[in-house]
Formats: sequence, C-alpha cells, structure tokens
Amino acid sequence: MTRLLASLRIALRALTVNKMRSALTMLGIIIGVGAVIAMIAIGSGAKRRIAEQIASIGSNLLIVLSGSSTSSGVRFGSGTVPTLRVDDAKAILNEIPAVKYVAPGLGGGAQVVFGNQNWSTIVNGYTPEVLEIREWHLASGRSFTQQDIDGATKVCLLGQTVVDNLFGGVDPMGQIIRIKLVPFTVIGVLAPKGQSTQGQDQDDTIIVPLTTAQKKLFGMQFPGMVRWILVQATEPEVMKDVENQINDLLRQRHHIQPKQDNDFSVRNLTELMSTAEQSANVMSLLLGAIASVSLIVGGIGIMNIMLVSVTERTREIGIRIAVGAKGRDILLQFLIESLVLSLIGGTVGIGIGVAGTLILSSFTQWPTLFSVEAILLAFLFSGSVGVFFGFYPARKASLLNPIEALRYE
Amino acid sequence: MESSIQVKDLVKVYSLGEVEVQALRSVSLLVERGEFVAIMGASGSGKSTFMNIIGFLDRPTSGQYLLEGINGEHLSRDELAEIRNRKIGFVFQGFNLLSRTSALENVELPLTYAGTQASKRKEMAQKALTEVGLKGRGHHHPNQLSGGEQQRVAIARALVNQPSILLADEPTGNLDSKTSEEIMGIFQRLNREMGITIIMITHEPDIASFAKRSILFRDGKIVDDRKNSAPAVAGGRTGEK
Repeated sequence: MTRLLASLRIALRALTVNKMRSALTMLGIIIGVGAVIAMIAIGSGAKRRIAEQIASIGSNLLIVLSGSSTSSGVRFGSGTVPTLRVDDAKAILNEIPAVKYVAPGLGGGAQVVFGNQNWSTIVNGYTPEVLEIREWHLASGRSFTQQDIDGATKVCLLGQTVVDNLFGGVDPMGQIIRIKLVPFTVIGVLAPKGQSTQGQDQDDTIIVPLTTAQKKLFGMQFPGMVRWILVQATEPEVMKDVENQINDLLRQRHHIQPKQDNDFSVRNLTELMSTAEQSANVMSLLLGAIASVSLIVGGIGIMNIMLVSVTERTREIGIRIAVGAKGRDILLQFLIESLVLSLIGGTVGIGIGVAGTLILSSFTQWPTLFSVEAILLAFLFSGSVGVFFGFYPARKASLLNPIEALRYE
Repeated sequence: MESSIQVKDLVKVYSLGEVEVQALRSVSLLVERGEFVAIMGASGSGKSTFMNIIGFLDRPTSGQYLLEGINGEHLSRDELAEIRNRKIGFVFQGFNLLSRTSALENVELPLTYAGTQASKRKEMAQKALTEVGLKGRGHHHPNQLSGGEQQRVAIARALVNQPSILLADEPTGNLDSKTSEEIMGIFQRLNREMGITIIMITHEPDIASFAKRSILFRDGKIVDDRKNSAPAVAGGRTGEK
C-alpha cells in the first residue's frame, strides 16, 4: 500500500513536470471519450424517439387496406379499389377473440374554412374506437359517440396543427368550420402527437364520425364502404395469428377462390417500426464503433508519449533500479502514469462530450439521451486503454539494464 | 564473522558483436569489514566492471563472489534489487540525483522501495542528511545545490538504509580539490564512526591516499595491493554535525 501510494505520487509528479505534453497526450483520449459519449447520446436519443413514435402510432396495430386494382395489366396501389365494408370490421371484432378494437375508416385531403382562414388537411372518418387504438387523447372537449355515428352528425375533432392554422388564438370549441363547404361543429381538440417516423405531421388532421364522412364528404360506391380498417390486437405475441385469421376471415367473406389473390392487404405497422428501431440500433452501434476508433488512436498517442518518456528518463530508471526498485515497482510507476493520463483524459472527455452533445442538440433539435451506463463504460474504457497502451512502455522500462541505464546520457 | 567481500577467480567477458573483450581476468580479493579501500587504475582496466559486479548490478562470467556470505549467482533480478536496497549504498561520479525532486525525497528513495512508512522515511532521511552536514536543506532541489552539496545528498541517500557497504565510483570526479577533501572527510568519519566498509574507485592518487588500503587494476587484473599505513587526514571542517 505504501509502495502503491508512493508510485502514485511519483507518477503525478512526472505528469505535472511536463504539463504541456501531458495535456496534449490527454487530448487524444479527451476527443475519443467525448466522441463516444456524444455518439452514444445521439444514438440512444434516436432510438428513444423511434420508440415514442411506435407508441404514438398505437401498439399492436394492424391495418387492413382495400385491395389493389389491376387495369389492363397495370397494378395500382393498395386501397385504390374499395372492397372493405363496415361489416368486415364488425366481423373481425366479433369472430377473432384476440382482437381488442377495430376502427373502420375512410378519408382524404380536404379544404377547411373558418371565417376568413382556410387550410388544407387530411379528414378521416372513423368510429370512436380510433382514439383507443391510436392512443389519441383529447386536449379539450369530448369525443363523438355511437349516437353521432348513427345520426351521421356533423361534428369533428381537430388536430393541434389545424387549430393553430385555422383559429390563431380563438377558442375552437363549439365553432363551426366548413369541410368541403359542409359545416361541422368542433367538439374536441386532440392532444399533440408530433411527427411520425416518416416525418409526417400527425397533428395535421381532422376526425369526423365515419358515417358523416361516408355520406357528406367522400361518398360511397356501395353501402358501408370503407377504405381501411384499423385493428388492435390484445398483445404483441398474437399479432401474427391475428393477421392470418383476418386473412382467412376476409377471404371467406369476400368469396375469394383458393387460387385468387386477396382483394385486400394486411399491414403490420409495429413490425415496420421495429425494423426502423433495428436500423437505429445498427446506426448507433456504427457511430459508437467510429468513436471507439478515435479512442484507440488516443491510446496509441499515450503509448507513443510513454515510450518517449521512458527513453528520456532512462537514467532516472537506472538510479531507481540501482537503489533497489524491483521490476514491478518500475512497471507500476509507468503504468500508473499512463492510467492517470487516460483517466483524467476520460473524465475531461466525458465533460466535453456531454457539453458538446447538449450544444449540438440545442442547435439541431436532435434528440439525445445520456445514460449513466454509457458514461461509466466510456470511463472504464479509457482506463483500460491507458493500461493496455501503457503496458508495453512500462514493461520496457522495468526490464532496463541498470548499468546501461546509469550510463545513458 | 564473514568477510565483507570475498571474490575468487572472477572473470567477466563482454562480447561486442564478434569481438570478445576480457574485462576481468581472474580477480581474487578479500575485503574485511570496516575497511576503506581505494581502487585505482586507468580507464579500461576493469575497475568499473569489478565495481558493478560487487554491487550486484552485473553478473560475472565465471568465478565466485560473496557479499557478507551471500552468493548472488542464482538470485533473480528482483532478489538482487532487494540485496542492493538493504546492504549496498551507491555513490556515483555524476551524483545521479533525481532532478525536480527535493533533496529529502532523493534520500528517501531507497526507503520507498524498502516499503518503509512515510513518516519513518522522512525521519530517517532527515537523520542521514544531518549526518552529511545538510541539516535543514532537505527541501532544496538538486539544481539549487552546489556540486559538493549534491554529492553529500547522494551520500546521504547511500547511507539512509544503513547499508554495510558503500560503493563509490569516482565520487570526487566532478568536484574541485577542496570539496573533494570534504567528501573524503565524510567518508573517513563514516568508516571510523559507523564501521561502514567503503570501496572507492578513483584515478587520483591524492584521493586514494585517504583510504586505508589501495588496489591497482591493470588489464583486468589486480597488479598491486598495499596497506596505507598512514592515510591522509581530511581537514577538520567537514563533519559539522
């Protein structure tokens, strides 16, 4: 213990003697650790944002879309030909036990007017369950009810972006707006959700009762026509089963022959999102790896300086060995020196990494997330870089021949 | 009681590439405890090689060497370091103090490696500095001290572990004659009062005259070995205790 303390003191003295050199050597580690901290913070920030977006879309969500149409061999996208009905949605809810909610819907772009303001937005007709499925909360007012569906009342819920653009300070509750020239009463405002993964503004929307949308806004090619059905399963594990069951059920309901293609498609949005999450994982791993390279470069800098230091202090090492220093005393002295260098560098690097990340995110609005684990890991990593790259010079010092070392000029 | 140093048929051969250099050719020597021996000889006569071997800094090619009965032949590097630490004090021509380190800490150095407690270390180092007449100068750094003072710090460092033998390689080589005499005064007093065996390399006959015995090396052999019946006495103003 006494020896260890003495070695520590000797190492600290040696570092303070060459302040400039020590600082420059540390710079490599500082930059390395700073980069690792910043990259991990940015990576985990991106991951968390994706997780939030998954939550904002709604968990365990499947979307059933109307089938694609084929005209003279040219295939159009999903939803171009309406094939789904409200009854399909009811059947899914009633016949598949693992389904919690369904919300059939249709909609499209529409011009909305309030007073002398107008705005172009997406208007969707749904049943009230959409709020449960999409985990959409009301900032104020109320949702529409089954009565509104039955009576096709002209009421609507507004997204925050629509409120901002149309009302500008006026309380929207109870106001009349015109959607495609049809007057609607505002009965509620949706709580903001922010951007979707694809960068769409999820708050730029209006929700109206399904029947109202069918009868007053978008029309129907056949009774009960909808363009899509949102389906929420009870838990993530049953998603695949539910998807298959919906397939079977709708094929049967739509009288599709075994060799015929579906006239609808089922999309698993959660799966889509987890793909995005995986790519974010890969991204942050990549960023971390690149940052680690700079940490290793910093470690090589330490090794270089320690080698120079050993050569410079050959005579000192000779004196120490002559008066009774054992190999491990010398080894420890230089190892502690490089460890202290790298740990101080690591600590400063953590500070600079955190500060740099905060500045960066305040300018770019990138989401960032610090974790104690990442900071601890970076600190330990810098320490092991010090030991790893300090070992060779320290060992070289400990094996010096005292006679030659004493004669060294 | 064992002799301080017992050397028999010591041979040291260096191989410089293809050429073999015979630094020592069968040297035998007996030094009793409490002797003060001066080793003389031209450069290349093998005296430094001899000193390195008896200081356990180097190993002989063949022959036997016992330091107070200890044979270093089969000891490891670290075990030899421990013997150097406990039994031998070194004084070099170039002082070999650690720069940027205070005199006191320089003196403490061997104790650090002996694992002595910090407070005890300080106390023993102070005592050793007092011994060489540098009481109260412990906080000075080597570059603030004169050559003679630096050499005294080096002697204090050699003494601090209370070794039984002091090996000095040209201790006065970098000093003027007056300072040299002061250093010799310290050596004589340590030899007389503490009974430390001193072996000193020098090429100056004046300096050798302070020793009780002088040995002459030539071409790796001892060619002369005589007792100095009346060693010179260094001036009285050295041992200000």
